[in-house]
Order: sequence, then structure tokens, then C-alpha cells
Amino acid sequence: MEKNSVGLVETKYFNFDELVLDSKEKLKPVTIAYETYGTLNKDKSNAILIEHALTGDSHAAGEHEDEDKPGWWDSMIGPGKAFDTEKYFVICSNVIGGCKGSTGPASINPKTGKTYGLSFPIITIADMVRAQKKLIDFLGIKKLLTVVGGSMGGMQVLQWLASYPGNLLSAIPIATTVKHSPQQIAFSEVGRQAVMSDPDWRNGNYYGASFPLRGLSVARMIGHITYMSDISMAEKFGRRSKEEKPVFKFEPSFEVEGYLKYRGDSFVKRFDANSYLYITKSLDLFDLAGEKKLHQVFAGIRAKLLILSFKSDWLYPSYQSKEIVKACKLAGVDATYCEIFSTYGHDAFLLEVEEETHLIKHFLEKVESEYDR
Amino acid sequence: MTDKTENTSYKIIADWIEEKSSVLDLGCGGGELLSLLMERKNVKAIGIELSEQAIYKCVAKGISVVHENIENGLNGYADKSFDYVILYNTFQEIKNPAVVLGEALRVGKKVIVGFPNFAHWASRFQIFFNGRVPVTSSMPFQWYDTPNLHFLSILNFEDYCNIKKIKIEKFAFIGKSGSVKLLPNLFAEMGIFLVS
Repeated sequence: MEKNSVGLVETKYFNFDELVLDSKEKLKPVTIAYETYGTLNKDKSNAILIEHALTGDSHAAGEHEDEDKPGWWDSMIGPGKAFDTEKYFVICSNVIGGCKGSTGPASINPKTGKTYGLSFPIITIADMVRAQKKLIDFLGIKKLLTVVGGSMGGMQVLQWLASYPGNLLSAIPIATTVKHSPQQIAFSEVGRQAVMSDPDWRNGNYYGASFPLRGLSVARMIGHITYMSDISMAEKFGRRSKEEKPVFKFEPSFEVEGYLKYRGDSFVKRFDANSYLYITKSLDLFDLAGEKKLHQVFAGIRAKLLILSFKSDWLYPSYQSKEIVKACKLAGVDATYCEIFSTYGHDAFLLEVEEETHLIKHFLEKVESEYDR
Repeated sequence: MTDKTENTSYKIIADWIEEKSSVLDLGCGGGELLSLLMERKNVKAIGIELSEQAIYKCVAKGISVVHENIENGLNGYADKSFDYVILYNTFQEIKNPAVVLGEALRVGKKVIVGFPNFAHWASRFQIFFNGRVPVTSSMPFQWYDTPNLHFLSILNFEDYCNIKKIKIEKFAFIGKSGSVKLLPNLFAEMGIFLVS
């Protein structure tokens, strides 16, 4: 196990009776899968909520007994790391609609005794956050030291600010937006179409039969292209090929082709196709301000913000983070913004560990110092 | 600029600024001035800075800072949303100083401007006798690597304030050995103004 790891961890489950959704439908009962690292202090003032991205889960750090890979943000969570588990109590939960232990389309619908499939209600980012609030209440935490996440995780962070401004001292939205652009919606839709055009998808009724693996795999391949940058692909693969001489055939021969295929194939082993549809839809529906102006949504927020974006991220470009910064200025919200130089594209939020650690560590120290006052 | 001139300037600015006021520093660098103001005057400080490395320094000092170009970074702020806006040693490096000064006066109740005086005797001497663009301690750059886009003197700035009806409330002139009282346009390396 890596040095400074939180060690062996287990996923826990929190159950509650019902959740009223934005669609007015009721989801019941609800299970939230979550993990925690570190120790909650006496006055419960050291809690940090981590929000995962589209295909993430509650396993953010440490290792599971039966797996050899650590959690998805292990580089940032642990003793001495950005989210220092010697100081902080770190929580990460799987979103509802997901497929990693929280209630989602692959769960059993108690009304029918069968898997939900497409009878699962449409969920929104606000619904995900509403469910997390119940978990936080259950843990007895009144005020979170910070809520942090990248990409879809960042949307949840922003939603926390809008829905429960009094329940957090600070927020760290990373590589995110207050609403998807047409380009982002377009990429989501191509991913969904890939899933739905797989004959194995069967209108979402594939449980107990063959899964729409090809479709979901193609969706993931498209996703991966958007998470990288032109430069990072050139650096990682170049035009290197398995074949010495150019061969005209349609099996993957370029390294980049093999990589995408590998990524697609390994993704389908761990992710549910319907969850992919539901969650990407929630991303597209997300519009934090709606009819309002964004600075009106932020008015009166006393939490401090640390907003981060990455130079080569073309999926969630910096201008979208700057819109958040601008609204903070207008609303008089205390915000720090940094566009971190990186060539990794959108993936940078998982990879630029050193820069993020420096910024987040100091930012949290400042937040804590003001909390003490 | 020598550290000493900078220290003297920072002290003067800190003296001018009221306790617990709000301060926006345009081109705040690593946050040296703002952290002094936070320490001495308990101000609510925000910086705007273009250099990513400088942002890391600011955050390490606990300063809220926005990573962007000040030439378009002020349009988000409401009118008179800060007690003070500071343009220290930035003014001469920006493309449109007139626009930025105008914006600073819009968002700040008062504006503090500090810049190296191009009409300092050492500069005049170098041009006159050397026939070359001056390289001085307050402007230690060659023509080919200088960040300075605009060269102005203390009198230039005063003229500009007159034309634009900008009120000069306070001023200080600084040379190598501290404050300069006599013929500042000739003997001061830095001019600092509090305008509104």
C-alpha cells in the first residue's frame, strides 16, 4: 500500500425512507453508499464533503480488501495530503442514480420487485445534493468545512452553495460550470445515443440478460477523448502503432485506438449503462441560476470560494469558471480563482496534484483560522 | 526598484489606509503589500494578478486572489465596492492605463497609484550623457526586456489628474534615502498618489 494512504476502507450504507425529487416524484426507499476517512472531531467542525464526477463513486481514498487500485482521489486524501485525514473528517458518497451502492436504475423498485430500468425517475444535480444533505444530517454535521469536487463534482459543490449556503464554510468547485454549453450537451447526447443504439440495451430492460456493452464502451471512448487534450494525446501516444508497417485493416493498431478500446472495455465492467444515461442527463439539465442571474443566486453567501480551472481543459473551459468568479465579484462573495497551467485537458483535476494540494491546503487553513475566530 | 524604496512606499500606503477597510490590489504580485495591510490595518484584502506563480504565493499568505488580467478584470465589480483600489507599480505595465485608472476610480472610493518616476535625475542624466534609454534602480530593465509599456513622470501624472478632474488627496515622493521634499520630479524615484 502507498505511503500516506488512509489504509483499508469499507463502504458504508445509509438508508432513509424517501426523497422528494425536483420532478415532484418520490424516490423510496433510498440508499446512499458512502465512505469516510479520518475522525470527526468533538464539535463536528472538521468535516469535508468530496463530490465525485460522472463515473466516480464513494471510494475516493484508501483501498478495498478485494481490489488492487486505490480510491479515485487517493493522491489528494490521506495523512499529510491536501485533504489531510489527520486533521479532517472526509466524506464521499455515491450519487443517487449511480450504480456503486446508492439507489439507481439498477436497484430494485420495491413497487414491482424488479429492477427500475427506465422506470427510475429523472434525477437532477439538486436531487443528488438533497440526498447528501440527509447523509450529513445523519452524521450530525451542521457545518461542513468545505465541499469540493471537479467536473460534475463541481456542479454539486455549486448546488450545495445555492441550496444550503448556511451549512458550509467554504466551497471548492474545480473544472466545472453553472450550466452545460450546447457543445457539452452534444457530447453527452452522442454518448447516450451510443448506449441506446446498442440492440442489447432493450429500452433499458437488459438486467438479467446481455448488457449493452458495445454501446456503453463507445460512450466511454468518446468521453475519454473529451477528457484529454490534443497535446496530452500527442505526448501519450503520438502516432505510434502496434504494426511496424502501415497495415490497412480496421482493428485498432494506433496506440491511441488501443488505449480507447481498453478504457471502454474496462469501463463496462464497472458501470451500469442506464446510470450513464441518467447521470449524463442530470449534467445537461443542470442550470444553477435558471431564470435568475447567477450573482442573485450567490447573494448573501458567506462561504469562501476557491475556484480552479485548467488551461488545456476544453470540455469545461476556463471561461465557464470565470463566469462563477464574475458572479462572486458582483455578489460580494469572497473568491479566489486560479487557472492552473496544465496540458492534461479536463483530466487535469485528477492529475495536477501538486498545484491543487498547495492551493487547497493553504485555502483550508485560512478557512479554519476564520472559523476559530 | 530597491527593497528599501518598496518598504518605504508600502509603509506610506499602509499609513494612508484606514483600519478594517476593503482593499483591491491590482497586479498584487505575491501579495507582499496586501499581507502587510492585513497585518497592520486588518483590511479585507483581494488581489488580482496575472502570474500563476504569484497566485500560489498569495494563497499561501491567506490572501483571496483572482487570476486574471486587470485590463478586463474590473467589470465584474459593482461601483464603489472597495474603500481602496491600489495600482502600485502596475500602472506603467498595462496597455490601457487610462481605462484601468477609470475603472479603478469607478469600483474604488479612493485609488492609490504608485509608479516609478521616469523624470528622475538619474534617468535624465543617462539619456543626456549616455544617449541611451535609462536603466535605473526603479526601472532596472533594458529596452528589449522591459515590462514597462508607458513611461511617465510625476508631473505627467499630475497633469493627467488636472485634465481628468481627478482629485489628488495625498501624495508622497520617495528617493533612495526616503521621502523627497525638494523638486520631486527631479529627485524622486517613485511617486505615490491617493486620488478620488
